[in-house]
Amino acid sequence: MTTVATVSEGTDNPYALSHLDSLESEAVHIFREVAGEFERPVILFSGGKDSILMLHLALKAFAPAPVPFALLHVDTGHNFPEVLAYRDRTVAEHGLRLHVASVQEYIDAGKLRERPDGTRNPLQTVPLTEAIQEHRFDAVFGGGRRDEEKARAKERVFSLRDEFSQWDPRRQRPELWQLYNGRHAPGEHVRVFPISNWTELDVWQYIEREGIELPAIYFAHEREVFNRSGMWLTAGDWGGPKEGERVETRQVRYRTVGDMSCTGAVDSDATTLDAVITEIAASRLTERGATRADDKMSEAAMEDRKREGYF
Amino acid sequence: MTTVTQHAEQLSTTTLLRFATAGSVDDGKSTLVGRLLHDSKSVLTDQLEAVEHASRNRGQEAPDLALLTDGLRAEREQGITIDVAYRYFATPRRRFILADTPGHVQYTRNMVTGASTAELAVVLVDARNGVVEQTRRHAAVAALLRVPHVVLAVNKMDLVDYAEPVFAAIAEEFTAYAASLGVPEITAIPISALAGDNVVEPSAHMDWYGGPTVLEHLETVPVSHDLTACHARFPVQYVIRPQTAEHPDYRGYAGQIAAGAFRVGEAVTVLPSGRTSTIAGIDALGESVDIAWAPQSVTIRLADDIDVSRGDLIAPADDAPAVTQDVEATVCHVADQPLAVGQRVLLKHTTRTVKAIVKDIPSRLTLDDLSQHPAPGRLVANDIGRVVVRTAEPLALDAYADSRRTGSFLLIDPADGTTLTAGMAGEAFAATAPGEETAADDAEWDF
Repeated sequence: MTTVATVSEGTDNPYALSHLDSLESEAVHIFREVAGEFERPVILFSGGKDSILMLHLALKAFAPAPVPFALLHVDTGHNFPEVLAYRDRTVAEHGLRLHVASVQEYIDAGKLRERPDGTRNPLQTVPLTEAIQEHRFDAVFGGGRRDEEKARAKERVFSLRDEFSQWDPRRQRPELWQLYNGRHAPGEHVRVFPISNWTELDVWQYIEREGIELPAIYFAHEREVFNRSGMWLTAGDWGGPKEGERVETRQVRYRTVGDMSCTGAVDSDATTLDAVITEIAASRLTERGATRADDKMSEAAMEDRKREGYF
Repeated sequence: MTTVTQHAEQLSTTTLLRFATAGSVDDGKSTLVGRLLHDSKSVLTDQLEAVEHASRNRGQEAPDLALLTDGLRAEREQGITIDVAYRYFATPRRRFILADTPGHVQYTRNMVTGASTAELAVVLVDARNGVVEQTRRHAAVAALLRVPHVVLAVNKMDLVDYAEPVFAAIAEEFTAYAASLGVPEITAIPISALAGDNVVEPSAHMDWYGGPTVLEHLETVPVSHDLTACHARFPVQYVIRPQTAEHPDYRGYAGQIAAGAFRVGEAVTVLPSGRTSTIAGIDALGESVDIAWAPQSVTIRLADDIDVSRGDLIAPADDAPAVTQDVEATVCHVADQPLAVGQRVLLKHTTRTVKAIVKDIPSRLTLDDLSQHPAPGRLVANDIGRVVVRTAEPLALDAYADSRRTGSFLLIDPADGTTLTAGMAGEAFAATAPGEETAADDAEWDF
């Protein structure tokens, strides 16, 4: 019989948990709190590594019973095909229920307008909000991490949203000890961030430790890309390359996976998890700074979008 | 150090330390935090570029490290920190989660929030001003919240010519005060956050100081206690019953061990019902184990088919807490709407939420000098006071001094769900506090 928790070397205390075990235990605690206190929780699942990690933690939290939550994917219509295939495989494998809110459908119906810059990430807010209202989800798990961005550094684990999904930094409740307050009025809901305290490196180390399978685009591969505003974007029907943008084939990988229109690839020859971790540990750029156009819009970009109901 | 060895060290398994900072805008707290992040190489190129860019726009010559940590627009406009922000950094030896809290008086609740999960608190003072009212307030919050380790960072030593007597006098005064409140461990460190002395790198200006830098101390302070000395506590969060063909009879109680350790075969009591059983098995997230301890999330299976549900507490049969409906506690009021005698509230304790009524508010405490104001009638935002609460159902409550997780609770407004008050059951301070004389209740210190 073995003990699960890996004991750190160099500590004289046999009961010291490793940082990954501490973070895992905290996240599992959060999933179970929501299962115990909410009627209709849902996990936002994009097929990106943070949502894959969340699902893995949820599976562990309730084993040997199935996960008592549905999944919700806000599909921008510009998703990487590899990621959608991964999503559908995962849903089938674990017998999960998947809801899809489609940005494309909103555009086709004239309810949303394409932005001049072609990026669809900011357009996700309305379909997300309406899906939450329509299905009456009262707790919505997101993979947001506080280390991603300055406005997120102040986000609570349980983040109260009004019926318009708006986030008001001054209305957030103090969170003390491990006592999460999920009470809300009808029509309001709570966004829950079980991996708030994880860093990018923690996520990758844990994925490696647990042997979690990821979509192939997280590893180095040959891809046709073009340069826009200093980022390597994937050529495709979504709106690129434009005139004057030259397509070239490069060996790249993705550090984050969002929308094709705003997620940039980085030059890389890391084809294994271990190589990816080495690259990240040595990297001098934050994950979003390197690869996300949507966060570069302004110094207060994330804060503004969170107020409007973004993740 | 080459990247490769650095990488190897970064990937080794480390422990996690949660700590909090307290200090005012003028003590240089944002600069200290920025310096910790910057000198431990946790600030990445794009973050630093953004800071340099913003500093230049404001006409500042050097990059203002404080900008690394001031996140929200209101703060950037006012140049103050208005909430608890969490920062993350790592060294080869340890991973850190920092609860960065503002220090001025109307934000007592934020420091209480940050300190509630902290194993260590850094209290910052300006070497030119020494121990001031605010410093005493920060020491009192750390003592109230039972933060195991306190660091006194005497900042701006460069402005007092790095003089040892200045540091020694401040360290002595603070240590005496914090010790009188029962703070178990105090470490004083002379620093200059602006110049970088003794934050990450040892100071060349203070060879009279032989102790660790702030970061060295953070890396080496013990993060876990001797669990054998703790009362074992397991609040049940959720009952796992798959009822599948594969697991027709599985019934497990899922939760996070709040304190101590549990072993297979141990006799346990389930509270508040008082039923007893023995632990048949412990599933630690996918693996069966013989023993598990705080803060592991596990699933416990019992030998007998007894009624156990969310909100119950599993404890050793020979070391179970008393069950009570009368709670006396020290509280920090954290909401904008007040708390009054006679108010009906919800009390959330571990995984259990019950109806309750505020029976009495015997006193309000001024943290600056620990004077007590009897019968204030109500508490407003940032007040610290004593309350007496009667609950509609029994609680298996420990003294906060014995267990931070099973001795703490929230009072919640049933109407809109607002978190009103953070409570710590039992006596306020570990030691008899000085200055327990009663002051007139007109000494308004808030705002």
